[in-house]
Amino acid sequence: MADDFIISDAGTGALLLDVAGGGAFDEGRQARLLALADSLAGADGIDDVVPGMNNLMVAFDPLAIDAGAMQRRLADGWRIAAASGRAGRAHEIAVAYGGPDLRDFAASLGLTVDEVVKRHAGAVYKVAAIGAMPGFPYLSGLDPALATPRRAMPRQGVPKGAVIVGGGQAGIMPITAPSGWHILGHTDFTLFDPHRAAPATLMAGDTVRFIIAGVER
Amino acid sequence: MIEILSSGALNSVQDRGRRGLLSSGVCRSGAMDIQALDVANALVGNDRDAAAIEVAAFPFRLRFPDRAAVAVTGAIAGARLAGRRLPPWWATEALAGDELTIDPPTVGARVYVAVGGGIDVPPLLGARATDLKSGYGGHEGRGLRRGDRLPLGPRSPGKLPDGGIGALPPPGRDVADRPLRVLPAAEWPEFSEAARELFVTEGWRVTAEADRQGCRLDGPELIRERRRELLSHGIVPGTVQVPPSGRPIIQLAEANTCGGYPKIATVIEADLWRLGQAMPGDTLRFAVVSRDEALAALGETAGWLDRLRSAAALYRVP
Repeated sequence: MADDFIISDAGTGALLLDVAGGGAFDEGRQARLLALADSLAGADGIDDVVPGMNNLMVAFDPLAIDAGAMQRRLADGWRIAAASGRAGRAHEIAVAYGGPDLRDFAASLGLTVDEVVKRHAGAVYKVAAIGAMPGFPYLSGLDPALATPRRAMPRQGVPKGAVIVGGGQAGIMPITAPSGWHILGHTDFTLFDPHRAAPATLMAGDTVRFIIAGVER
Repeated sequence: MIEILSSGALNSVQDRGRRGLLSSGVCRSGAMDIQALDVANALVGNDRDAAAIEVAAFPFRLRFPDRAAVAVTGAIAGARLAGRRLPPWWATEALAGDELTIDPPTVGARVYVAVGGGIDVPPLLGARATDLKSGYGGHEGRGLRRGDRLPLGPRSPGKLPDGGIGALPPPGRDVADRPLRVLPAAEWPEFSEAARELFVTEGWRVTAEADRQGCRLDGPELIRERRRELLSHGIVPGTVQVPPSGRPIIQLAEANTCGGYPKIATVIEADLWRLGQAMPGDTLRFAVVSRDEALAALGETAGWLDRLRSAAALYRVP
């Protein structure tokens, strides 16, 4: 099981370690990946260590680090990575539930708005990865009853602060941008501030709970 | 200080971009043609991390209130300093009050204007690059417009000789229609043999959807035999994704830091500049190379730039 991984080239100066084995997202493997990420970050010649969902991309200076050596380092690191890595911080994020999608979203699942809110705010989410947009958290732990396909047509401007779900994942919009996910509410929680040295508020390994600040039915 | 007299919103302050923040969702940004940026900085005696102006909207005009060294590289465009024509890939001394005008390119898409001392906007997240998509960095997090005044850093000692100095274009730049060299990426084996063959034999047309985020191509549909959903993963500039439409998208400087589309290949670092110079309607071709060839190409450019920096320093006069 521990050897169930693939390492592929992502150009001249990056490698992608994929430990998903083509299957569904796995929390245990993610915890091990984050421990591996921490052991690589900041090493000489390594530019970026990017956890994804059950994968890890490492970007390096290919004129300083041999790709073959980097590949062995990833493979060996994955085999010995323990899940005890990051402690992670706990965040509580207040959400005003409502917005353009909430009622239709509930109806499409055969649930009431209150049931959707209760299930969404009832879960403890894990920040699996940060990416795509500045500070955007990929949250795992969504109640499977709230898993739905994305919207057929993405919205051009989903506003900053929108609390969203798509497929089996949850997230929060750090900036106004296009997205095909469903909007369940809004938060004033700041996810990204480029003027801080660590610009993203959430980190992979953190946990998130949503607190009900109001429901517009 | 320099003063912008006319500009489009696509013109921005750029350097070599941000490193180390992909895991915060912060893209690299930076110049779309880093080679041309490097050459411009070398010619005026700047550090390689100095910021310059990426010009993608024309005509562009700026004024030098004080004497300054200026280099113009990248796309081949008519450039005039105080009414005198500047040859391509050239640097010279601008005198106080001189105006620089750059007309639309005849070859390529982006011109780089470096000024001695570099554009000294405050660094943000380790770079002076503008992230136009997210609106931070560079000059007030936006493209340049008329009336903007950009501060300059201290210029290196000495000045350019009378008439200025020029560089030959970096190796391989003068070869028209050379294919973009790529390394196969994670999902390469999942595409049909016919699709892989089409990928490297067909010409791919650059569509109108080409900007600092990415470049969408048109051509035959590339069929992926194994239709499994991928989990989101980190991507780098140069990643060639194939969405369900079967037409490739190449992710560039301001791409999202994670994606979920299958990746057929990655354009090698040494060839990324060509996507910064591609115009809608251009035809691109791909050729698969080995990692050793990709490294050799990168090393060749790096060595050439080192020699250019040394040579440019020799031409400086007291």
